[in-house]
Amino acid sequence: MPIMTVREALRSAMAEEMRQDPKVFVMGEEVAEYQGAYKVTQDLLQEFGPERVVDTPITEHGFAGLGVGAAFLGLKPIVEFMTFNFSMQAIDQIINSAAKTLYMSGGQLGCPIVFRGPNGAASRVGAQHSQCFASWYAHCPGLKVVSPYSAEDAKGLLKSAIRDPNPVVFLENELMYGQSFEVPEGDYVTPLGKGKIVREGTDVTITAFSIMVGKALKAAEQLADQGISAEVIDLRTLRPLDIELIVESVKKTNRLVCTEEGWATCGIGAEIASQIMDHAFDYLDAPIARVSAKDVPLPYAANLERLALPTVDDIITAVKNVTYK
Amino acid sequence: MPIKILMPALSPTMTEGNLVKWHKKEGDSVKSGDLIAEIETDKATMEVEAVDEGVIGKILIPEASENVKVNATIAVLLEKGESLADLEGFITTDTPVVKEVILEVTPVEVTPESPTVVNSSSRIFATPLAKRIAGDRGLNLAHITGSGPQGRIVKEDVLAHTPGRSAAVISGPSPFQDKPVSTMRKVIGKRLTESKQTVPHFYLTIDCAIDALMQIRKSLNENLPNTKLTVNDFVVKAVGMALQEVPAANAIWMGDTIRYFTHADVSIAVALDEGLITPIVRSVNLKNLGALSSEIKGLVQKAKEGKLKPEEFQGGAFTISNLGMYGIQQFGAIINPPQACILAVGAGIQKPVAVDGTIDVATLMTCTLSVDHRVVDGSIGATFLAAFKKYMENPALMLVGE
Repeated sequence: MPIMTVREALRSAMAEEMRQDPKVFVMGEEVAEYQGAYKVTQDLLQEFGPERVVDTPITEHGFAGLGVGAAFLGLKPIVEFMTFNFSMQAIDQIINSAAKTLYMSGGQLGCPIVFRGPNGAASRVGAQHSQCFASWYAHCPGLKVVSPYSAEDAKGLLKSAIRDPNPVVFLENELMYGQSFEVPEGDYVTPLGKGKIVREGTDVTITAFSIMVGKALKAAEQLADQGISAEVIDLRTLRPLDIELIVESVKKTNRLVCTEEGWATCGIGAEIASQIMDHAFDYLDAPIARVSAKDVPLPYAANLERLALPTVDDIITAVKNVTYK
Repeated sequence: MPIKILMPALSPTMTEGNLVKWHKKEGDSVKSGDLIAEIETDKATMEVEAVDEGVIGKILIPEASENVKVNATIAVLLEKGESLADLEGFITTDTPVVKEVILEVTPVEVTPESPTVVNSSSRIFATPLAKRIAGDRGLNLAHITGSGPQGRIVKEDVLAHTPGRSAAVISGPSPFQDKPVSTMRKVIGKRLTESKQTVPHFYLTIDCAIDALMQIRKSLNENLPNTKLTVNDFVVKAVGMALQEVPAANAIWMGDTIRYFTHADVSIAVALDEGLITPIVRSVNLKNLGALSSEIKGLVQKAKEGKLKPEEFQGGAFTISNLGMYGIQQFGAIINPPQACILAVGAGIQKPVAVDGTIDVATLMTCTLSVDHRVVDGSIGATFLAAFKKYMENPALMLVGE
């Protein structure tokens, strides 16, 4: 299989969908002339022209609203946020307009839109530019929330998101853009709402999404050396959550560690823990553990930033706690 | 305020007990975890550890007191900065000082702050999974010991639990647990299988009357304050001397050659949790009983802690396996190759014996020598055992050896 970076995978997903469906277009800050702040929209302007690759003013609330309006009228916009931190400006459009209108219109008015861009911490960009929005958006009915790890899934899930008739929040990660993975050739899609077991194990289940999948896999490898067999699940979609996959895994391993880069309070891990108690209480042999960022705005200083973000060692410690090792 | 040290309940059903011994006296400082006293119930003697830190201000119940009620104040602990003066009001208002020898202790009212010592253990902590498995198998969680935090019963505890007779009858296959074979078990399995299959064993059994030995051991132990000789120490010494006397038995099988040793290096089988190991006492013939005894103690300790160096358990020509302490009368051991002999030692048991036509009672220890016939023939083995018996039955000879 060819090797591709996550950046190239995302670009080719958009390009393929734009070729297939003339209703698909990209808009956002610097997506056209500058080729994307992180070069994810490279060469799209050259191929599809300024009608379909649209540079917007620096107003997230404004252009997100334009995108939602275009989607209401039948187009399929891909709205890029330079980072999801700036989507806080546009959250009224995303939730009140995009997510709720299908319900409020009694099914008459859908909103086939994708909001995409890098999410979570990058590297020393300060507290306002380092936030994970996974739990914010996964909280809201009417939205689908996707957060891929590998290039293969980044491409397959973005194509699914573009084709989906509902608003999809697509959370990427700046530090993952340059990472390479094997990617299948041809036109394929990865279904929304389905997680994936990326490493099989018998002693503990570790859930992760986005950059945390890599950390979970590293932890699992080190744990294997210590005789603990960890199963790692890449959640891939956070809403709707593939709880069935996690339940089946926990029934096998009896222990669960939920990881995420955001804060623990009201987080994805909290949600999974609650649902596992609903569906697999009698299979639990230890309290469910969470591994997350420390409960502070992310520090700017490199040493403090390292301490605040969840690490491979944090995962190993949590696994040892729940396996009583 | 001074802290009362109360008579502890060593079991939920204990109501009174004997205060056997104080390990601290008035004025001694104690810290948490220090051994302060020994308490005896009808079942056992238990050591009492200090919970708090301070200085023993006053001992209220002297040692060797019987029938002390649970929760009676047995001593008072002074906290930092307090002096005996603080005790005055404290004791007289609160606690009756008891007289020298107490047959019945005036019950001290139980302090209301801690009335639920027994109840606290009635709540069983178990994971949902452990509860479900126990339920499925009809096991009572109260009979299972938890290994998790705060004694939480986890899956593994339930799976490892073997129900006693009181447990409900279980249908379906009996629960079992497969454990991977440890390296030590693999080595034991391989070596002993090889030995039993390829070494031509024969067995010689002899009874040793050890009454004289027991007598001399008792006398030595009474007169040597820092030495506690065991019967096994005498067995090791007797083997060492017999090997010197019958050097043909002090040999190992090398395939093309037979190696005869000058000194008597004697291996001793030590049982461990996961198997056994045979540390070696070198040159037994050159050492006196006291030196042997302390060396053996050291080796056994190291063996149990897994701290033996390879040179401390590899080599030797002769092994002793002693199961006497378990009451075993007689058994045949498997030779530890390339060694040629192993002596299986049973318990010293009083038995009637006929002496000159009358029945007498003697303490007999039955010893069985397993011998590799390639190295040692029957007559040599028998000569060795006879020499061994001579030393065991005439232990004074051990004092004049080399």
